[in-house]
Amino acid sequence: MSFKQINNVWVRGISACVPSFIESNADLAILGDLKEAEKYIESTGVRQRHLVKDSGICTSDLCFEAAIKLIKDLNWSPGDIDCLIFVSQTHDYILPATSCILQDRLGLNNECFCLDISLGCSGWVYGLSVISSLMADGVMKRGLLLVGDTTSVTKSSKDKSTYPLFGDAGTASAIEFSNESNRMVFNFGTDGKGFKAIMIPEGGFRNFYNSGSLVEKEAEPGIFRNNLHSILDGPAVFSFGISKAPKSVNSLLGEYGISKDEIDFFVFHQANLFMNEKIRSKLKIESEKVPYSLDMYGNTSSASIPLTIASQLSSQLNSGSHRILTCAFGVGLSWASAVFDVKDLCCPAVIEI
Amino acid sequence: MEDRFLELFRDTLELDGSQIDLNTKFRDLENWDSLSFLSILAMIDEEYDVIIEGNDFKNLITINDLINEIKKRQK
Repeated sequence: MSFKQINNVWVRGISACVPSFIESNADLAILGDLKEAEKYIESTGVRQRHLVKDSGICTSDLCFEAAIKLIKDLNWSPGDIDCLIFVSQTHDYILPATSCILQDRLGLNNECFCLDISLGCSGWVYGLSVISSLMADGVMKRGLLLVGDTTSVTKSSKDKSTYPLFGDAGTASAIEFSNESNRMVFNFGTDGKGFKAIMIPEGGFRNFYNSGSLVEKEAEPGIFRNNLHSILDGPAVFSFGISKAPKSVNSLLGEYGISKDEIDFFVFHQANLFMNEKIRSKLKIESEKVPYSLDMYGNTSSASIPLTIASQLSSQLNSGSHRILTCAFGVGLSWASAVFDVKDLCCPAVIEI
Repeated sequence: MEDRFLELFRDTLELDGSQIDLNTKFRDLENWDSLSFLSILAMIDEEYDVIIEGNDFKNLITINDLINEIKKRQK
């Protein structure tokens, strides 16, 4: 069992930025007629998504805007930021690391620790554990956790099993060392046996980009994609999610003796409504405590937890103390859960560019 | 167990009129789609506390195959 407790570090702020272009699933021809599209929307919970489309916007651009806003609202100075972690599977370049580019764009000083982490759906929770561990001894006082994905770019628009589910978003979380903060606790898990359930087969170093990479093929009846598009084995991911997510939450609460009643909000990775509601009902959590952003933004991969907090909980978290449980699960296959407290969280409205 | 499973199967997919029995090949049912698939996986998890992974599900053809898979995993 992999658990972690971190003291003296807290989440001071969370912000999010999405591209302004909106695509509605009711208008998508691949979902069939309007009746079929409505059935899809009802079961997945995804009515629309914000997409980068052909704008050239990258994940780092969305994270950059979210970070600038947060630094300003917190009255931080960029020069005070000691570390930056960028979590994404849609980085700017094969090399260098995007966190290095962001260090300069954000005007952080040269004495800054920068690191890229490659994780998807589970990425924000893992990122939070890494940056908080890094800062727990109090030498680095302020850190930025920049997390997001533009996964729409990796989906084939002729693949109804993936395309209508995913939206794009970038987020920033401000992390600070403080002797007065409460503990954060984590549970982690990985099952690499399922790595093929969500993957892009070519373009990496195992299967290098080649002359056939862009050739479109009919993968299943009516579903067309090339080898640089991502594959999603829905049933495999579903079985995984409804089994691992509830177990991870229960083992985290059990390990640290936290009861569900002490948690104000349970923020889950926004996979799809059907799956998330199964997870919620298995855990017997009342729906009032489980916010969703799927309706407006779809599944935004690693951004989904901070985006849900920024878009759905901002007015509640802006003042007072709250205890939040987050649970994320997906590509890897990888999962993680965390419980942390926030106080007067700086949580500005979602930015659109 | 067989009768109960057939009833749960029928309720899950809201198959009011259709005739189903143990030999029914469920993928051939009218309106069978990816959501039917997930609904059956979820029903089996809820009712029998058994999770059948996607890959294993691919080898199951008839309703009886599902029942046998549940029995095998409950042992």
